[in-house]
Amino acid sequence: MIQPVNISMDVLNLTTLAPMLVAVVGALFILVIDLFKSNLDKSLYVMISILFLFVDLIAVYESSLTFMQNGTVIGLFDVMQIDGLAIVSQFIIVIASMLFIPLAMTSKRFHEYSYPEYFALFLFMIAGFQFMVATDNLILIFVGLETASLSLYTMIAMHNRAKSFEAAVKYFTMGALAAGFYSFGAMVFYAITGSVEINQIAAVLDANSYKNLGYVFVAVAFLLASFAFKLSLVPFHTWAPDVYEGSSAALAGYMSIVPKIAAFIVTMRLFEFLVHSDIVWLKAILYAFVIITMTISNLWALVQSDVKRMLAYSSISHAGFAMAAVLIGTTEANTALLLYWVMFTFTNLGSFSMLWISRQKNLLPGQSSDHSYEKFAGMIKTAPIPAVIMGLFMLTLAGVPPFALFWGKLYMINAAVISGYTFLAFIMAINSAIAGYYYLKLIVYMFMKEPVDSRYEKVYTKNLSLTLKTVIGFAAVGTIFAVFAINPLLNLIGGFVYNSGF
Amino acid sequence: MLENILTILIFFPLIAGILGFAIDKNSFRAYGIAVSLVEFVLSLLLWFYYDPNIAGMQFVETLPLIPTFGINYFVGVDGISMFIIILAAFFTLIGIASLPKTPNEKNMIITLLFLQMTMVGVFAALDAIVFYIFWEFSLVPMIYIIGAWGGPLRIYASIKFFLYTFAGSLIMLVGMLFMAYFYYQTTGVWSFSIEDWYNLVLPKSYQIWLFLAFFIGFAIKVPMFPFHTWLPYAHGQAPTIGSVILAAILLKMGTYAFVRFSLPLFPDASVFFMVPIATISIIMIVYTAMVAYAQEDIKQVVAYSSISHMGVIILGTFALNVEGISGSIFLMIGHGVVSGALFLLVGVIYERRHTKLMSEFGGLAHVMPRYAAIFGIFLMASVGLPLTINFIGEFLSLLGFYKQSHILTLVAGTAIIVGAIYMLSAFKKAFFGNVTKEENKNLPDVNKTELVALIPLVAITIWLGVYPKPVLDPINKSVTRLVKFMHEKSRTPDGKIRIQDPLKVKTKKVCSDCASCKEGE
Repeated sequence: MIQPVNISMDVLNLTTLAPMLVAVVGALFILVIDLFKSNLDKSLYVMISILFLFVDLIAVYESSLTFMQNGTVIGLFDVMQIDGLAIVSQFIIVIASMLFIPLAMTSKRFHEYSYPEYFALFLFMIAGFQFMVATDNLILIFVGLETASLSLYTMIAMHNRAKSFEAAVKYFTMGALAAGFYSFGAMVFYAITGSVEINQIAAVLDANSYKNLGYVFVAVAFLLASFAFKLSLVPFHTWAPDVYEGSSAALAGYMSIVPKIAAFIVTMRLFEFLVHSDIVWLKAILYAFVIITMTISNLWALVQSDVKRMLAYSSISHAGFAMAAVLIGTTEANTALLLYWVMFTFTNLGSFSMLWISRQKNLLPGQSSDHSYEKFAGMIKTAPIPAVIMGLFMLTLAGVPPFALFWGKLYMINAAVISGYTFLAFIMAINSAIAGYYYLKLIVYMFMKEPVDSRYEKVYTKNLSLTLKTVIGFAAVGTIFAVFAINPLLNLIGGFVYNSGF
Repeated sequence: MLENILTILIFFPLIAGILGFAIDKNSFRAYGIAVSLVEFVLSLLLWFYYDPNIAGMQFVETLPLIPTFGINYFVGVDGISMFIIILAAFFTLIGIASLPKTPNEKNMIITLLFLQMTMVGVFAALDAIVFYIFWEFSLVPMIYIIGAWGGPLRIYASIKFFLYTFAGSLIMLVGMLFMAYFYYQTTGVWSFSIEDWYNLVLPKSYQIWLFLAFFIGFAIKVPMFPFHTWLPYAHGQAPTIGSVILAAILLKMGTYAFVRFSLPLFPDASVFFMVPIATISIIMIVYTAMVAYAQEDIKQVVAYSSISHMGVIILGTFALNVEGISGSIFLMIGHGVVSGALFLLVGVIYERRHTKLMSEFGGLAHVMPRYAAIFGIFLMASVGLPLTINFIGEFLSLLGFYKQSHILTLVAGTAIIVGAIYMLSAFKKAFFGNVTKEENKNLPDVNKTELVALIPLVAITIWLGVYPKPVLDPINKSVTRLVKFMHEKSRTPDGKIRIQDPLKVKTKKVCSDCASCKEGE
């Protein structure tokens, strides 16, 4: 005779689910609207998405208040875990999404935005990422990851160009492989510890002092590979440039930020205890990943002839830079990662939006790719303000002070310095110098060369609309005046990270 | 207003530059001159209200920027930095005033104003991160000036300039972070204030590594041999105004940073590296002098001679005594005035003939007598003729180093004579003899705009050559404090010997045989 299950609502603590539920409800709401009246304009869906994201943000804010009072909140059969990391990363995810979705309101029509499903998928994806960061249960992480990824693949394909299909299929195949790796790694952990919760796994492994080291190695290898796919760490990065090239610039910018922060949070949770476990080879592997990713992708970026591909490689390099925080594993490093990513959000949002406003419907004769360097030659003469803004974002990405990303770099290198990673600190510095070259290359084209083809002049601001201007202006202001935001951000993020034990 | 004069000096050009975007491009030159004139007057006001009896920092301002991490907006000047700030304001003024007709004049002047902000900022900053911000940001206007208005190889030159300096300063940044971390370990508080760092006594081995990290950043900027290869390109390709600012002010950032950071932070390491750095400086003096002799382009001659004289500045700095350091700071100003003026003069002839090859000239003294006379004055100043500004600086630098090593000083002194050879031979090729080329026969002499820039420079060159006291005294005062501080801070016995206590030396040596001192004290 099975006993009836008795669960009080208090134990379930459904408020932990509130932020994700808002996003899911928003997505369903959009689908319902479409059911009653189709052929509505994209601006409606954009605004509805923003509204729901705003409510989502408030829900996250509420949970942050709870966290500050009561510490980490556990809910839904102990599956949800709302700690500082979850809150900060949800803030980043939701705010970045709110900034990216208005990019749909271009002055030209694009195929994907005529489907309300696009926006529904967008909100589902955000819910997926939020689940991913707000749990330490390997199964729920997987569910969140797959929800988000499947939505993202579809959104890429909806751009409706040959290259987009290629990108979507490539991303899908690679993502499926990564999912396989993930589930295999998680399974091995479950086999040796009898748990799918990261803190339980850590506790069991600590208790038996890593006696199944061989199995741990297998599990770590598979999990690391799967997250290396998601974070596009070299040598698992091969999909990234093609996928970025195939998707719309707006979505590519989004992909360089939001999925990665979600993956970083999971990696941080997973490797926090592993890095501190004195297993030498683990640090060695991470060290190699970090240095190879930073350096090799920088070298590849040097030889790109397309700005979007260059930015793709640069995002890989930035991911490697941030991955250093996982290797270092101190509170300062984790704070640095989040600070870095906030800064990177604004900068990359700006630079990809600048590409987005110059998106052409059709390539001109003789033009090899959408955003070749030649396209931007002599831009200062014909479109001075966009050129200056684009130059600003490039300088910021290169880490020229006092703009946003410099502070992220500063704090990250500092985290390496105070943890005794001197060599790493120098490698980071040298890589920043190498990266300077390819960002400068675009500036050289824009400011110092003569225009190649007068037909490009019409293209630079072809997609510009008031909404896009607002987004770009927001990003530019954020990048320039970042210096005044660093202190409150450091205190805030540092407090959240420290109080959740990372 | 005086409490905030440094902030005004730093950010006035920035705000003026931003507002300038709204101004019509045909009226822009007047705006640029007006703004830089105001800035120059403000900088003179700084000098006027500077108290020469105080050796320490004056006009200090502090504003928390990132207090959690110990980064503050912290500025101030002493005798070491004040005159370079005035020089920066002055050169921006005459640079804009004498700007020949250029395409996109408005963009050029706005860029110059931005550049001025960074230049003043670097010399006023007393917080390492604020210093670094201005230091790095100065690259951006400069690459634009070289890259947009330069010669045929301008893109290569500007990228080389940017990458070289950017890479060097990132290494320096890591050094700064280590420095802050050591300070944090000792005191438990994060601070990037240079004044706080001064109080930190580090073991010699740490000092050596940190010295090297800072050295790479500074040496590339100076530029010291063998990191100098970017400079001839930058000078060769830059427009006149770019070369003038580069030679007069930007290069001084490196030598100034040695005095501000390396010496007081790492006195023992400075002693340790004294001989190697002096050797590099002498190689720099000799090698670049020889290279200059082989040049056919008159601008390259001036560029290499400029590097050569930077060697003397470094030599004086690493004499580690009051004479040497004061001399080197005075020479920074002198070198700024003289090499800036020489680049202006090269620009004058380039405007007329659009060539810089010396073989294209010859006998210019006949057609352009005033030009030849002014060129002659600066040439003499450049080789260090007594009663010109450079003589004082070079003499004091060498005198200072003579106390450390007789032989090295002798070699350096001889090398400076080589400098006279190539400069005079260049002068002979371009100005004396018969007018060989038809195009040169009707060249107009220097016009009013150019005279506006050149006459004040001539006046300064001779005034400070004859009577350097008003400038040298505040410098001496601050340097004495610096050397005394270094003497007390150094821990190694070698350091105590090499860095003499300046006050002790004075009572023993000077007052026994100098009548004026007896009266004074």
